[in-house]
Amino acid sequence: MSRAELPQDEQAGRAGHREHPDRPGLPGLHGRPEREAARGEPAPDRDRGLDGARRRPGPLWTLGLFRSELGVTFRRWRTLALLAVLAAVPLLVGIAVRIETGDGGSAGGGGGGGEGPPFIGQVTNNGLFLVFTALAATLPFFLPMAVGVVAGDSVAGEASAGTLRYLLVAPAGRTRLLLAKFTAILVFCLAATLTVAVSALATGALLFPLGEVTLLSGTTVSLADGMLRAVAIAVAVAVSLVGLAALGLFVSTLTNSGIAAMATTVGLLITVQILGAIPQLDAIHPYLFPHHWMSFADLLRDPVYWDDLLDNLRLQGLYAAVFGSAAWARFTARDITV
Amino acid sequence: MARTRPMKKALRYAVPATVAGAAVAAVGLVPALASSGGSPDLPEISAEELVAKIAASDTQQLSGTVRITTDLGLPALPGMGSGGHGGGKEEGDGDGAGNADPRGRLAELASGSHTLRVAVDGPDRQRLSIVEKAAEYSLIRNGGDVWAYDSATGTVHHTVLPREAERGAGRGETPGGLEKATPQKAAQEVLKAVDATTSVTVDGTAKVAGQNAYQLLIEPKQPESTVGSVRIAVDADSGVPLKFTLTPKGGGKAAVDVGFTEVDFAKPDAGTFEFKPPKGAKVTEERLDGAPNGSGESPHKEGRGDHGKGGRGKGPDGAGGLPSGLEVIGEGWGSVARIELPGGGPVPGTDAGREAAPEARRLLDGLTEEVKGDFGTGRFFGTRLVNALITDDGTVYVGAVTREGLVKAAGSADAGR
Repeated sequence: MSRAELPQDEQAGRAGHREHPDRPGLPGLHGRPEREAARGEPAPDRDRGLDGARRRPGPLWTLGLFRSELGVTFRRWRTLALLAVLAAVPLLVGIAVRIETGDGGSAGGGGGGGEGPPFIGQVTNNGLFLVFTALAATLPFFLPMAVGVVAGDSVAGEASAGTLRYLLVAPAGRTRLLLAKFTAILVFCLAATLTVAVSALATGALLFPLGEVTLLSGTTVSLADGMLRAVAIAVAVAVSLVGLAALGLFVSTLTNSGIAAMATTVGLLITVQILGAIPQLDAIHPYLFPHHWMSFADLLRDPVYWDDLLDNLRLQGLYAAVFGSAAWARFTARDITV
Repeated sequence: MARTRPMKKALRYAVPATVAGAAVAAVGLVPALASSGGSPDLPEISAEELVAKIAASDTQQLSGTVRITTDLGLPALPGMGSGGHGGGKEEGDGDGAGNADPRGRLAELASGSHTLRVAVDGPDRQRLSIVEKAAEYSLIRNGGDVWAYDSATGTVHHTVLPREAERGAGRGETPGGLEKATPQKAAQEVLKAVDATTSVTVDGTAKVAGQNAYQLLIEPKQPESTVGSVRIAVDADSGVPLKFTLTPKGGGKAAVDVGFTEVDFAKPDAGTFEFKPPKGAKVTEERLDGAPNGSGESPHKEGRGDHGKGGRGKGPDGAGGLPSGLEVIGEGWGSVARIELPGGGPVPGTDAGREAAPEARRLLDGLTEEVKGDFGTGRFFGTRLVNALITDDGTVYVGAVTREGLVKAAGSADAGR
């Protein structure tokens, strides 16, 4: 092994030093040309990633890779369109509630406990509840779909565009590349959730009064406390998406077609949601990643009921570990031919 | 060297497989370890001492989480859980038909699994919340005010207790008797029944909600009882019952399992008991001035909520036939309640049946079976714990006794008439 490794190592190390100053400042739009530029270098042995993982090109390099990944993700029109759709949902909900209750005065939520997303009856009295309503409304489908699209596209999209092999020429190694991609997806999870939350807060503040928050337990807390809980809820929702993100990343390493990976991830999401709705299958429900998604509402209890939230955290961590390592096993062992 | 590579690559898949396997093993093993891992060494104690310890327990302050699992083997009737709060649309009626009325909620606890959170600070201040998915039902007593808040519907029910109850008549005065859901209450109800018909022993120790506890084992001696055993885990320090498990004689899993999963004997935060109706909430008011509030009945009986409601005349979902002439036959675990339905109605709850008699008949025939005895003929309705016999002349016998015991009780009651 050492015979093959040594010259490569050296060369890669040099490449790393040479490329390092460019990467951090790299504008995302030029991400691809930059990757194309790597074409000039000799195509490496396909085990490069393996060896690269063992090297330590320095934290700055990894940061650069991560920033480049982030730029590639967030400067895509598709990503921006997804975020725009997510931002529109709370706006629509807010306007609908406003129109419905605008003339009648009091909220129509009195008798309609079973219908609509949770907390919607409270929105007219406190705009902050629009944040909770919007998150509860987007969590079952809109948010995970957006994450599924981004995660599914992350590796397979590069492969189908033909840029993956050039990306691997960089001396970061496959493990690091995968980690950078996964981190970028996680950042997208948080960004998507915050988009919904901020849009909902702005809409809620514009259309409805803000004020003291009555928690689910009937305790009243100040608006500042309510805001704090809203932030915690946004983080909890973002964490809820980690499992799906890892699943999407794994699917993405399996195929060279970005569309197929996205469709598979979103299809898996829908399948799992359907399985979760069948009461006869309740034996497997605790293992399905959306099972504890609504646990974010537990942050609105007084005192906070942690059991379900922690279960959610454990479940998402488990999915991330299983499918993250499966993605690693697949990606580092795979032949990259396109 | 190159030849070993495919093998190495395949080995990588062992990582996710191992993680998944370890997780599945952990899920399977952790509960088993948690339940068997706790048998703390505690000084020997006799059953009498333990019972006395429970009675002497003066813990007035605690907060915690209670898990209640009930499997009485009742058939899943649609709308049974929500029977207490249907048709509450008539505004201004104020007849306790609002969604937040505590009475309807008791029925929900009679089946399935629920998580409750309790906080107690002395006899005057208690809080009990039923944790639901993205919602919560809270019952808060602060002095003479009892607030019930249902966050799912945004409704509030406010009850003003009569004066004497406010002056510290004890914990059991809340309408609807919801507090019987706490392990303390459940244990006290059982200890009331302890007499010659019962064997009480100490059966080892256990760890409940992180506390060292003795296990009190109560077994009925009467053969006709459907109760196999009752197990109460009692906190070794404070004497507070922490867990209550009732296993039917038929075996299988516990019919009633109420226990703390978390408990804290510190004084709860004062803000816990404060309640202010949120803006826009629909508030229903009620004053209890000597009105029957349906507490103090046997813990094994269902439909406690309806008694209180029926006392106020026509409820919208009315328990039209208020059972009158209630009488208890037998003693101890073998006691049977004998209820005469007014007007010789064939079966209880027939106000619905009067409109849709054939369907209701068929449904009831499906759920019950015919029995014959000294009393004549009737229909038998059985669950895992509570059995009922409805005779054709409109008398109902209910008790936690076997079918034979019920038939015998009915026969002897009929003969004595």
